[in-house]
Amino acid sequence: MKTQNNRAWFLVLPVLLLVAMNAIIPLMTVVNYSLQETFGDNLFFWSGTANYEAVLSSERFHYALIRQFAYTFIILAIEIPLGVAIALAMPRSGGWASLCLVLMALPLLIPWNVVGAMWNIFALPDIGLLGYGLNWLGFDYNYTNQPLSAWFTIVLMDVWHWTSLVVLLAYAGLRSIDDAFYRAARIDGASRWAVFRYIQLPKMRQVLIIAVLLRFIDSFMIYTEPFVLTGGGPGNATTLLSIDLVKAALGEFNLGVAAAMSIIYFLMTLFVCWLFYTLMTQEDAKAEMRR
Amino acid sequence: MAKITLDHIRHSYLPKPTRPSDYALKEVHHIWADGGAYALLGPSGCGKTTLLNIISGLITPSEGRILFDGEDVTHLPTEARNIAQVFQFPVVYDTMTVRQNLAFPLKNRRLPRDVIDKRVERVLNMLQITHLADRKAASLTADLKQNISLGRGMVREDVGAILLDEPLTVIDPHQKWQLREQLKRMHGEFGHTMVYVTHDQTEALTFADTVVVMTEGEVVQVGTPEELFLRPKHTFVGYFIGSPGMNVIPATLEGASARVGADLVSLPGGAVAPAGARIEIGVRPEFVELGGEGLPFQVTRVDDVGRERIVHGTLAGTPVSAILAEGEPLPAEPRARFKPDGINIYADSWRIEVTP
Repeated sequence: MKTQNNRAWFLVLPVLLLVAMNAIIPLMTVVNYSLQETFGDNLFFWSGTANYEAVLSSERFHYALIRQFAYTFIILAIEIPLGVAIALAMPRSGGWASLCLVLMALPLLIPWNVVGAMWNIFALPDIGLLGYGLNWLGFDYNYTNQPLSAWFTIVLMDVWHWTSLVVLLAYAGLRSIDDAFYRAARIDGASRWAVFRYIQLPKMRQVLIIAVLLRFIDSFMIYTEPFVLTGGGPGNATTLLSIDLVKAALGEFNLGVAAAMSIIYFLMTLFVCWLFYTLMTQEDAKAEMRR
Repeated sequence: MAKITLDHIRHSYLPKPTRPSDYALKEVHHIWADGGAYALLGPSGCGKTTLLNIISGLITPSEGRILFDGEDVTHLPTEARNIAQVFQFPVVYDTMTVRQNLAFPLKNRRLPRDVIDKRVERVLNMLQITHLADRKAASLTADLKQNISLGRGMVREDVGAILLDEPLTVIDPHQKWQLREQLKRMHGEFGHTMVYVTHDQTEALTFADTVVVMTEGEVVQVGTPEELFLRPKHTFVGYFIGSPGMNVIPATLEGASARVGADLVSLPGGAVAPAGARIEIGVRPEFVELGGEGLPFQVTRVDDVGRERIVHGTLAGTPVSAILAEGEPLPAEPRARFKPDGINIYADSWRIEVTP
């Protein structure tokens, strides 16, 4: 004896419209572009999977993809351990803890293109503090014409900008550990390392997975900072996926190829997110089952 | 195993305590025998946790010393004290199996492998969790986790005392009994000195040989459960222990009797109270007989708790409760009589001796 009232669906209509406008429709437009060839004048010709084949077999895309994975891997390998180490070193309470948190949050508050512009000037070999300082110390450093210097700079910039996020997440994880665990560990005679390995790390697991996920997605999609700093150069040395994509779409106006790239790019990100999500929930489900 | 000596210990959380009320823990001076089972019992805020933290080394007392087997450990940190502790909620190492959890304290002390295996096996057997040995500790229920916390103390042979800080708080009611039995059995098998902190009288009375009752930072009585029941040293002990608590009735002493309101109650003997002291007599509901003779008793409420009935009423203007065994009739106009053995006399809340 249920009374059904389907008019309730109207309540979700605004959200549906919003999502459709800003996500589904643009995405479908991209799908549309990726399957067609255009020669201006709004003339479109069906081309099937030709654009996808072109992208997947192009060397340019392969190199951009390798650079992208290398970049993401390097910054994760630096930011996660560094973030955890800083969180462990921060005071647990009191005025100093608040001060540390504020200092840590500062880089996160700076707009991305400002970060790029700051580092652009900071790293200039003739006037920038970092560039000038490195050269003064005897390093041959110039990010505008040396690939290694350019990579060093964009990685350092990302570490400066985003390690704080990992610190804040890890710190929150650490703060949630009850004092009794530390006391039990002292009674059990555990070393500092054992406390980290068996108490702090397992309790931080969830937040660290989130930190890795966020940093993965953000670094995989990074555009603004390296674009402002190096513009993808020297040569193509720092042309990451999104920079390559913009070059293809707006520089060369190669809409079909750029759209196919977008879709491939999107699917990769989606796949990794799904992977993380599955890993996270599987562990919880296992724990639930054992109970 | 260790004898614990609490040598004139006082503690204040203030830097410069001056008045007695500045002390969270007023003077404690006791010797706890090796292998004894002690309970610290009192309402929250009575100082029992402070005392436990002093024993575990988390707090250094403001005054006095603490000795384990005659050795002064007052300034030793927790890890140097050879104690084990079971906390309010289960503390296990989530990523380890049950076996690894139990082996952890021994591994940290770099014992040889075969010794570790042997002791872990023994504790697994004692706790009857051999079948769970290779399960992840995180997957167990709260009571099993508490067993593992306890086991991590038991595996160490150097442990002098095991401290239990309200260990049954998060345990399901129907498992509380089981876990408490387990604790008692382990105490019997291993013979560690155990100190059990609780605000639950049933837990304290069933677990411990000796119960230390505390209130407002003060130890009011140290005794066996029977002593606490029959001869509460302070009216607080009378109220706090027993269900319902002891009846405390204002009275005046007249030789071998006490005057309650307009009536006389005969006492087991005479008592000498300090001049000007406030005199009360304390009678547990178990020793109040309702019948045709004695003092007039106005019934206000009767609670049937199954095996017996608890009769609440007033006697000479003071609320008094009595216990009626099942099947015993409640007279229409009852009068209350006190069994002489069950009467204690209090002067300013402290018990005074009765001489026959």
